[in-house]
Amino acid sequence: MTDSQPAIRLTGLTKEFGSVTAVDHVDLEIAAGEFFSMLGPSGSGKTTVLRLIAGFEQPSGGTIELFGHDVTKRAPFDRDVNTVFQDYALFPHMNVLDNVAYGLRVRGIGRKERNERAMRALAAVKLEQMAARKPSKLSGGQRQRVALARATVVEPKVLLLDEPLGALDLKLREQMQVELKEIQRALGITFIFVTHDQEEALTLSDRIAVFNDGRIEQLGTPAELYERPGSRFVADFVGTSNLLDTERSLALLGRAGEHSVRPEKMTVGAGELAGDGVRNAWGTVVEAIYLGSGIRLVVDLDAGTRVTVLEQNDRHRAHDDERGDRVVVSWHDADVVALAAATDAAA
Amino acid sequence: MTHATVPRPRDSAARKGSVFLSTHPRARLALLLSAPLFWLGLVYIVALVLLLVTAFWTVDSFTGKISQTWTLDNILTVVTGSLYQTVTLRTLGVALLVTLIDVALALPIAFFMAKVATPRMQRILVIAVLTPLWASYLVKAYAWRSVLSQDGILEWLVAPIGGHTPGYGLPATIITLAYLWLPYVILPIYAGLERVPDSLLEASGDLGGKTWSTLRLVVFPLALPAIIAGTIFSFSLSLGDYITVNIVGGANQMLGNLVYTNVGAANNLPLASAIALIPIVIIFGYLFLVRRTGALDNL
Repeated sequence: MTDSQPAIRLTGLTKEFGSVTAVDHVDLEIAAGEFFSMLGPSGSGKTTVLRLIAGFEQPSGGTIELFGHDVTKRAPFDRDVNTVFQDYALFPHMNVLDNVAYGLRVRGIGRKERNERAMRALAAVKLEQMAARKPSKLSGGQRQRVALARATVVEPKVLLLDEPLGALDLKLREQMQVELKEIQRALGITFIFVTHDQEEALTLSDRIAVFNDGRIEQLGTPAELYERPGSRFVADFVGTSNLLDTERSLALLGRAGEHSVRPEKMTVGAGELAGDGVRNAWGTVVEAIYLGSGIRLVVDLDAGTRVTVLEQNDRHRAHDDERGDRVVVSWHDADVVALAAATDAAA
Repeated sequence: MTHATVPRPRDSAARKGSVFLSTHPRARLALLLSAPLFWLGLVYIVALVLLLVTAFWTVDSFTGKISQTWTLDNILTVVTGSLYQTVTLRTLGVALLVTLIDVALALPIAFFMAKVATPRMQRILVIAVLTPLWASYLVKAYAWRSVLSQDGILEWLVAPIGGHTPGYGLPATIITLAYLWLPYVILPIYAGLERVPDSLLEASGDLGGKTWSTLRLVVFPLALPAIIAGTIFSFSLSLGDYITVNIVGGANQMLGNLVYTNVGAANNLPLASAIALIPIVIIFGYLFLVRRTGALDNL
């Protein structure tokens, strides 16, 4: 039974701060070697779950198991998990090498060995030549790498990352995403990644848990979450969606219940499209936003709802400003997702 | 189609003055600093220089007037006289012990205030630390005189377990001074620890550092400049004190008492100036030593 143990198993995990329930009976299993993301808006409880796993907070209820061992009551220094902090939390009075060697130092490993191992960890993030610098002399991306080296040098079984890319600019963030993924594959350890950036979560993760109000709203692979959102919240938070309430669904789709359609699954044209399962709706363009690689069109449908359509910028535009144009919005029935009612979505 | 127009500000004298100041940064700086610089220069530095100069003059023993003839006699007396050496060492010892006690007491209190207490508790504690500063120095010193007396509350408290009040003397002086300067040591250390992000302590624990390692390797080095800032207060305030030792110190004298008697009873201002230079020299030495630690940025 040892080889099939999940890296992390949360059972009924609950955390209350006074009268606020930050984490509400969360059950979750994360497999060994998985790149797992916890995605949600701020205040959804994702960071609190991470801090509970790290041991910085004590749960109000429930248990945390690490490879089958109950670590709920253990202190942070007694758990085989390490954290990359949102603000990196590098020790400002130590140079980069001493920062990375810290975890080895407090384990009583001699100076020579710990410096060698720290240098190897720094080499893995391509920062050997910065070893003697103070953290204040590093750029944001370099600090990020030092924090990563410091957390991985002690060879944890699980690495927790709390919005580690949040403070970086876009180009650097994309570059670090690739590096994170490479490092995770090279080390083969479980990564638990907290983010509010849905694109980042989709890019990096094997699986994602979408958090809302202290509970897991939906759990699945990036494709499952994006293609088949289980609730209105997920459809809206992961990517953008055209949400159709029951009345509009009946009018446009001839079906009851709430539905959602992704903007890129819809097309805009001058005439109706034919084909099995293709639906057309006439409308007027009210906004056309040029995005470079694409054009986002907001169309008021005659049926009485407003939809957003994402068009690839792959053909010649008749004129630059489509506002006021009479158009047909077309989509395929297979791309319409039926949403469960929000209340029982957690099941 | 009528537009409400925003009226342009009228050209008043105040407006002209503002325009002048905002376009002339040097005039702005001069206006800001001339008064405090005048005070600092004339009242503070000149007084200090006069003190230094007076130490090199002498008193006419017949008329009691200060004669402005240059002499090193006062300095030599102070440096070689056994009375002055003894009192200097005693004063230094008292100041060091007071500082040591204050740091030992202030560290855990400041740590609790900055890192453990709830925000509400934190506010209450800051007020509790500040409140004694509102009471008069003399009242607090006399309160300790009463506490420490032979039939005082301390004797009453410790007598059942076989203890005795130290009575009046150097221990009483050290206890009283340590009490008086404690807030000045707690506050900078508290401020210094407040600035240490909690995530650093969490990171240390996360990396395997137990409580003692975290305190020794992370908290203490980061708090050291603040601790030194606190010691500058307790050390220099103790060096110059002469009232507490008068009230609870029995027959003991500190440097301040020698200055006091030479200014008053002995009417020898030049010798008093020479004695007053001793703590100034010690403090300068201490400041020179701690300057390297960056503690002075924390004052």
